[in-house]
Amino acid sequence: MPPAPTYLRKHLAQQPWGLWWTQAWRLTGMEVRRNLFSWRASWIYFLAFIPAVIICIHLVVDPHLPSLMSEDTNVLAGIVQFYYIRLGVFFGCLGIFSRLIRGEMIERSLHFYLLSPVRREVLLLGKFAAGSISALLLFGTAISADFALIYVGFGAAGRDYVLHGPGLGQWEAYLAIIVLACLGYGAVFLLLSMMFRNPTPAALLVWGWEAINPILPSLLQRFSVVFYLHHLMPVSVAAEGLFALLTVQTEPVSGRASTLGLLLLIGVVLFYSCYRMRTLEIRYTSE
Amino acid sequence: MMDRIIFENVSKFYGEVLGVNRISLTIPPGITTLVGPNGSGKTTLMNLMTGLVQPSSGHISVMGLSPGNATEFFLNVGYCTQFDSFPRGITGWQFIFDSLMLHGMSKSEASRLTRESLERVQLGDAAERRIAGYSKGMRQKTRLAQAIAHHPRVLVLDEPLNGLDPMARAESIALFEELGRQGMHLLISSHILDEVDRISDRVVLITGGYLIAEGNIQEVRQEVREKPMQVLIRCDHPELLASKMFAINHCVEARLHADGKGVFLRTGDIGQFYSTLNCIAAEGLVKIEAVAPADDDVNAIYQYLIGPDGSAL
Repeated sequence: MPPAPTYLRKHLAQQPWGLWWTQAWRLTGMEVRRNLFSWRASWIYFLAFIPAVIICIHLVVDPHLPSLMSEDTNVLAGIVQFYYIRLGVFFGCLGIFSRLIRGEMIERSLHFYLLSPVRREVLLLGKFAAGSISALLLFGTAISADFALIYVGFGAAGRDYVLHGPGLGQWEAYLAIIVLACLGYGAVFLLLSMMFRNPTPAALLVWGWEAINPILPSLLQRFSVVFYLHHLMPVSVAAEGLFALLTVQTEPVSGRASTLGLLLLIGVVLFYSCYRMRTLEIRYTSE
Repeated sequence: MMDRIIFENVSKFYGEVLGVNRISLTIPPGITTLVGPNGSGKTTLMNLMTGLVQPSSGHISVMGLSPGNATEFFLNVGYCTQFDSFPRGITGWQFIFDSLMLHGMSKSEASRLTRESLERVQLGDAAERRIAGYSKGMRQKTRLAQAIAHHPRVLVLDEPLNGLDPMARAESIALFEELGRQGMHLLISSHILDEVDRISDRVVLITGGYLIAEGNIQEVRQEVREKPMQVLIRCDHPELLASKMFAINHCVEARLHADGKGVFLRTGDIGQFYSTLNCIAAEGLVKIEAVAPADDDVNAIYQYLIGPDGSAL
């Protein structure tokens, strides 16, 4: 009997990785097409682009004096921190990721995937990748549009802030935050949609948990997507009023630690989702 | 045993509800019909076989493969389910093409197989139309085309004749026969017993989640030998023949054929029945043209073993 690591290495080398990669790639393409080019996704487009529409109106109506640029920078940070993270990306991901498994069970079409020669783990990860790409395309484009619309009104000063000042770094940080938010919430909602017939109540509980995150003890704060994203914000928007009194200040966490912490959380959730997928049964009559 | 479908003491419970109970079954190559009333466990058995549900206990092997190894299993198995639903907004062509692309084959190969399978079920002309606009029969054919597109060795068909008009039904049955001749292993569940019966090599009868009988139709008929058998005799004087046969006490029922040129006789002792019939024929009073068992088919066996209301005897 060969030692366990040798056996494992040999076993892994024998797996059809090339085929799995091809299957995952094709599955992802099909799912992205269905996620993005469907009338039912229109409300997610609305969630993603409504701030851009409002900023656009602001651009046309309000004067853009260079002295107001720092205020608008804070407004953009507020939009990302309080709208996108807590509402837009949250509910957008709920719509996209809960459709991937539960939506197909409700439409009674999931069995076609389960009867194809695709390993269930590959199926789940392919669907997760498709959901992530769809969410990133929508919210990444939206946040880039918001960013461009905020600074374009300031003319040369805005251009200088973006290209020679901290602007470009902030835009990269916002994109990184959106990527992590989509992956984090996506993994959680994919799992919830496999655990519950209707994942919305559970998602609302998660939403409540994320909302009260700042007033939780520091240990509990770590079991949250918002906690890690908060530490990645390039511009900090402080809580105000009574909420500020209740806020528990935790030790600052480095960007790298935040990213790794969130990726670890995503990995654990996906691992458990793979296990659930492996034992998933098709019983549409109970849907 | 690598060419068999094997159920070893398989049970499935949905909570406290019994799906199937302690099914042990070995199905050799050929066309096998799964017969049973609604809720008898036919679909559960097929879903267990293809991994859509997991057995509560027992073990299932299909040609030596397990659905746990989906990559290899579904290259060899096609399943046309009863679920009349499809991914939204796609055409018949796209549906089959996408499923073939998941096999990892090239686009040209997937296109070729898609075209071939759609033509096999006579859906070539409607391929580019959205499935949402298809009739029920067309959707049934689309599912069948998807199940056979990759040339599986085992084809599982759950009520494949539902929703088809008589012409399409005949075409489908001809297709099943052809696939059977090509060496494919077919497992068919159907309520349209008379039509499927014609092409079946074997029959599996289940009711209430229990296996009642299995084997080729004649073998299963042997299992119910104590039940009266029905024989159709075509002759010139059916009433006279009936009265003479009724004189024998093991003949329990006589019914004239609708055309008046034959009689159905039911007997509890088929051996003595035939010897008596020979004597009557030798007397020359009745000219006998043909004698044929009238209940050596799945339908009759179904009636005997499961009963007209689906309750097992």
